[in-house]
Amino acid sequence: METVKETEGAKTDINELKDIARRIRINLLRMLTNAGSGHTGGSLSAADIVTALYFAKMKHDPKNPKWGERDRFILSKGHAAPLLYTVLAECGYFDKSELMTLRRLSSRLQGHPDCKALPCVEISTGSLGQGLSIANGVALSGKIDNASFRVYVLLGDGETQEGQVWEAAMTAAHYKLDNLCAIIDRNRLQIDGAVEEIMSIEPVVDKWEAFGWNVIETDGHDIAKILSALNEAEKVKGKPTMIIAHTIKGKGVSIFEGKVEYHGIAPTKEELEIALKELEA
Amino acid sequence: MVEMIATRDAYGNALTELGSAHQDVVVLDADLSGSTKTGKFAKKFPERFFNMGISEQDLVGTAVGFAITGKVPFASTFAVFESGRAWEQIRQSVCYPFSNVKLVASHGGITVGEDGASHQSVEDIALMRVLPNMTVIIPADAEEMRQVINVVYDYRGPVYVRAGRNKTPIIYGKDYQFKIGKAVVHHIGKDVNIIAAGIMVYFSLQAAEELKKEGIDAGVINMSTIKPIDKEAILKAAEASRAIITAEEHSVIGGLGSAVAEVLVENLPVPMMRVGIKDRFGTSGKPEELLKYFGLTAEDIKKAAMEVIKRK
Repeated sequence: METVKETEGAKTDINELKDIARRIRINLLRMLTNAGSGHTGGSLSAADIVTALYFAKMKHDPKNPKWGERDRFILSKGHAAPLLYTVLAECGYFDKSELMTLRRLSSRLQGHPDCKALPCVEISTGSLGQGLSIANGVALSGKIDNASFRVYVLLGDGETQEGQVWEAAMTAAHYKLDNLCAIIDRNRLQIDGAVEEIMSIEPVVDKWEAFGWNVIETDGHDIAKILSALNEAEKVKGKPTMIIAHTIKGKGVSIFEGKVEYHGIAPTKEELEIALKELEA
Repeated sequence: MVEMIATRDAYGNALTELGSAHQDVVVLDADLSGSTKTGKFAKKFPERFFNMGISEQDLVGTAVGFAITGKVPFASTFAVFESGRAWEQIRQSVCYPFSNVKLVASHGGITVGEDGASHQSVEDIALMRVLPNMTVIIPADAEEMRQVINVVYDYRGPVYVRAGRNKTPIIYGKDYQFKIGKAVVHHIGKDVNIIAAGIMVYFSLQAAEELKKEGIDAGVINMSTIKPIDKEAILKAAEASRAIITAEEHSVIGGLGSAVAEVLVENLPVPMMRVGIKDRFGTSGKPEELLKYFGLTAEDIKKAAMEVIKRK
């Protein structure tokens, strides 16, 4: 049996975490521009959440990606692959130079995450609505083994329009999966427009509470608040927790913020210049 | 009289034995555990059985979660719902990442009977066969099913196994040995060879007996693994008889007949006929009535064999 280790290089200094998130935004925009396509808006909106998870909250070991007691992270909104890759590279799972291969033929960095190509990705995603069910299976498996790991899963807000999400919502509550914490990146935009206009998901808090979940609302760009929500979730027994993280699509770059058109396109070279100026200021 | 056991019962028994031998076996069902026979496992190992309610997509996703934490999940429901309702989940989360999930679907084909078309899967093999990384198996009897369950536990990767609702004759003894991708050659005929799967294997053996009485040497091959298909066995049979019949309790589109045709047409085109459901939905009726209605009896196989021989 392996002993429970502290997260490799875990950071609790909020300013340092903010700086990592800033670096991650810079790197993911560089990789997107280099690739010429990919999902900008939803990668930026979730950057602070995923930074908080990988650099402060989760126990994991980049030198031992398959460590049995590691906390699991499942990116149900698989189109935020650029964010996941940048975070994994920043953690040291692979060399940052590989980021420039995104979406190229034979690259391990597929358009959407491929766990066969890149084993530090827990499961391939990209088709929306499936990650929560998978996270439930991991959490149930942990329960029957009395394992200490926790399971984190990130969903898009538009993604919760998928029916399977609600099947899985029932399952997590039914099986009392308190070792599971789901997070919705509530950036309020989906490809075709505003979530509330395309297909309303409100009242989102009431819905998840009605399904038997502990629900926490937080500012998805305030790392200290994200961490306190994640810590609070860990204390709740007998039910899963859903963190509704209020975010801004394209967060961090003025020309992308709140712009639906940047859901699925990469920044041009000129746009990247503007973005880097803002992020490096 | 031959002994009769439903392959779904054989599944339930094999699964329970497997659960005793291996702690990593977990079983999931979507509110049909009494029918799929996973209920037997549930009774013995309640801590490793998970009823997901009526939610096939979540059933498959949850099974994937178990698989990626090192468990060997068996996920069961009716073939229609498992292969159809959860097809895209099987594609994205089981096949694409090569998850070690065993999908064992019961109530395959039209012999579901009275429940009618909504519950009779005539497309599941086609739907599963088209998926990269998927292995597709239809055991012909209870003994083959018992062995299949043990073999797929040892095999690492996605598998779809089809079980039937009704009692069917026992064909194989304990000396039989199932191997993934290896057809069971009962006999190679000089005049015609019948390549069958599932319940049609027994009917094909009966048809071959009848043909023998008429002086026709008909061979029978049990193609229990539809994918990866045993190309070598197909070509040997085609070489020997220059006429091939396929027999399946499934649409003639996309299933065993198509798989065999693909091999023949690219390698050794010979006259061929497919006994199966002719691009139609099922209907209510007694299983034996439906077999006649859809042309899936030993007599239908015999007729097709005589017809194909004429085309040589």
